[in-house]
Amino acid sequence: MPNPILEMSDISKRFPGVIALEHVNLDIYPNEVVALIGENGAGKSTLMKILGGVIQRDVGTIRLDGEQIEIHSPSEASRRRIEFIHQELSVLDNLDVAANIFLHREPTKGGWLKLIDRGRLYREADGLLAKLGLDVSSRTPLAKLSLAQQQLVEIARAISAGARILIMDEPTSSLTLTETRRLLDIVRDLKAHEVSIIYISHRLHEVEAIADRVVVLRDGRNVGALSRGEISHDRVVRMMVGRDLKDFFKSGNGNGSNSPDRDWFSVRNLHTLRYPNTAVSFSVGRGEVLGLSGLVGAGRSEVARAIFGIDATEAEVTLGGQNLQISAPRDAIRQGIYLVPEDRRLCGLIVDFNVRENISLPGMDRYSTAGLISSAKETAAARRACETINIKTPSPEMKAANLSGGNQQKVVLSKWLALSPKVLIFDEPTRGIDVGAKSEIYALIRKLADEGVSVIAISSEMEEVLGISDRIAVMHEGRISGILERPQFSEEAVMRLATGSTS
Amino acid sequence: MKKELGILILLIGLCVVVAAINPNFLLAINLQNLARQIGAFGIFSIGLGLVIITGGIELSVGSMMALLGVLMSMMLTEWKLGVIIAVLACAGIAMFLSFIHGLLITRVNMQPFIVTLCGLLFYRGLARFITKDETKGFGTVGGLDFLRFLANGNLFGIPMPFVLLIVISIVTWIVLHRSVYGRYLFATGRNPEAARYAGINTRWVITIAYVISGALTAISGIIFAFYTNSVSPANHGNAYELYGIAAAVLGGCSLRGGEGSVVGIIIGAALLQVLRNLVNLLGIPSSLDFAVMGAVILLGVMADQVLSERRNRRQTVLIRESARAGMRAPKCIRHGSFRRPRVRTAFGSGRLISEVD
Repeated sequence: MPNPILEMSDISKRFPGVIALEHVNLDIYPNEVVALIGENGAGKSTLMKILGGVIQRDVGTIRLDGEQIEIHSPSEASRRRIEFIHQELSVLDNLDVAANIFLHREPTKGGWLKLIDRGRLYREADGLLAKLGLDVSSRTPLAKLSLAQQQLVEIARAISAGARILIMDEPTSSLTLTETRRLLDIVRDLKAHEVSIIYISHRLHEVEAIADRVVVLRDGRNVGALSRGEISHDRVVRMMVGRDLKDFFKSGNGNGSNSPDRDWFSVRNLHTLRYPNTAVSFSVGRGEVLGLSGLVGAGRSEVARAIFGIDATEAEVTLGGQNLQISAPRDAIRQGIYLVPEDRRLCGLIVDFNVRENISLPGMDRYSTAGLISSAKETAAARRACETINIKTPSPEMKAANLSGGNQQKVVLSKWLALSPKVLIFDEPTRGIDVGAKSEIYALIRKLADEGVSVIAISSEMEEVLGISDRIAVMHEGRISGILERPQFSEEAVMRLATGSTS
Repeated sequence: MKKELGILILLIGLCVVVAAINPNFLLAINLQNLARQIGAFGIFSIGLGLVIITGGIELSVGSMMALLGVLMSMMLTEWKLGVIIAVLACAGIAMFLSFIHGLLITRVNMQPFIVTLCGLLFYRGLARFITKDETKGFGTVGGLDFLRFLANGNLFGIPMPFVLLIVISIVTWIVLHRSVYGRYLFATGRNPEAARYAGINTRWVITIAYVISGALTAISGIIFAFYTNSVSPANHGNAYELYGIAAAVLGGCSLRGGEGSVVGIIIGAALLQVLRNLVNLLGIPSSLDFAVMGAVILLGVMADQVLSERRNRRQTVLIRESARAGMRAPKCIRHGSFRRPRVRTAFGSGRLISEVD
């Protein structure tokens, strides 16, 4: 075997409160496609960000061609011919294709004006596009291209920059099947042209198709590697999830799964904006916690947004046998259907408002007479909320921005608890929250269910979903690929459905 | 309150300096005149302030006043309509046009700057067209005593426009700082997305702010029309929207939305009129009055920016200390940035408003 071109050894990285990577090793050999896989939050992206110069490691060494190097910034990575194609495309859609490919490396005519050599720019860009089989002119505005084509433009940019290591983070997450096949061909072609590729993907059949080697991370550590002949769907899944469930969910499951009316809250033929061609149907019983699992991008948040009336979509929603028309969040709120959104700081709270104002916002008619606010009523409600769910704040007048993530989340929850929820949808209820507050929120979810609230809990954390749910609906690419009952719960089962395995 | 305090001190300081240099500043006639101007300019500035709190802007104020002024004159002198009908018609037209602005902004998702810039051009042109570019007055029409009194009269020595300003400020203060609508307005202006997630009908909230601004513009417009007693369609109310915007910004409204107070806007409006007065009294060439205003606004807003950044830093330190005392410091502070995400500005809100329901 030849010497590796890249050796990342003993890499560790901590974020406040979280160990993202612990003693991780990754070697890349010439002309090799390495698939880097693991669950959400396993540390893949962190590792790649370190390689791409986006963030800095705490411990460990990086060697390129045997020489120890530091990568302080993305431009330094680029200078070392390491290129990163992000999951969220980072193209400028106000410019044309050629401008994107050569951004910051525009050929110039020289002279102090540094005029762009437009002839050369478009000639070279067109050449690259032809090489990648992208059949558009380099003068096309980027906005006119499909997502798949934009991605090829990014690849063209990476190649033109002379990449020898190309990091692709979930490159196929928004591509169709044919586009995916095309991309895989290009990856094979790049490999034949002296480029090594680090390929991050959740889609195991792609990995089986192109990877020379699979490196699996779990909880920020290496858990193993498989070489070409050993790669199989089941084996990879087992490596991804194989761990013990921690003793975290003492509250246990409630009586929800025995509830007589499992169709208390039902959603039929819901079409999300992201996947308009697939229909989602499910129902939640009274007092039941339905976990909604799946990989990032499977369309779970979109389902929540559609139910809550944020996105204008069609769905047949019934609550207690009654048909509901929900075209805006206020319609949902009127029916007692509430959402605790994923992005707390942008959607859940007004961070410049204080705790009192945040809590009272959706229920102003309770705290006002004739359109005038009674701050006494507001303060009383805020104090009650702080006590009942233990929000740690010196006073209800504290700005929400100054609270910790866990306490902010409790403020979001208090908004809805004061309005007697019938259906409560949690989107990543414990993201960015420390362990103590996490278990408080789990206990609260269980308590709500016991009081008869139907809970839908979207979560990317496997333990969380298995711990708090009475049933788990798993989504894959916009559809529900399966619903698991308690006895069937296992990480493997969830992961198999989430990766779209049909077996 | 801190924000208003700063500009209040600036206002008082300026008055003291002017009075010291030229004691005529304190003459009753000068103060009365000043108060009349503050009243007339303050009323529509409050409306503009509300619009700015939504994160929007209203540029058509001056043109709308010209249009209302000439219509008022034509309704009374040419079409012989009753005074009450004419006044109601003026208010109705202003509110209707502003309502259209609100709809274009919230339903068609156009940027407030563009919509109201078009209003600025359109209403001015319309005013000039329907009058054939002739200056309009009120002639010898009877029954206008009350309207003339509103513009030129005094109540116990206090000019009526100022009295009206006080009344209107009290009402809008209650609306803005004590009512549910006011809370929704701040929420929508600060974070339209979160406001929507809380079930607020943000489209309505924004549209109503424009309609209120239209109503207040009509009141100011009527005062100006009878104050000048003749309305030149090409010049009447020129650049008045800028006085309003300047007053609101000086008074602590952020063009990013979600920030501002009625008291601040009034102090801002007063400051601008004192500056105009100062140019006169101190013998500064009147051609410089805009330059003086520009300089003072720039310095005022700059000082406020510097001070508030210092305040933020101090707050950060405080929170660090409280963290040491056992409370957790917020994440944004631990990472060293205390800026809220800039969601939306008056000039670039098109896309985000499109997500507003």
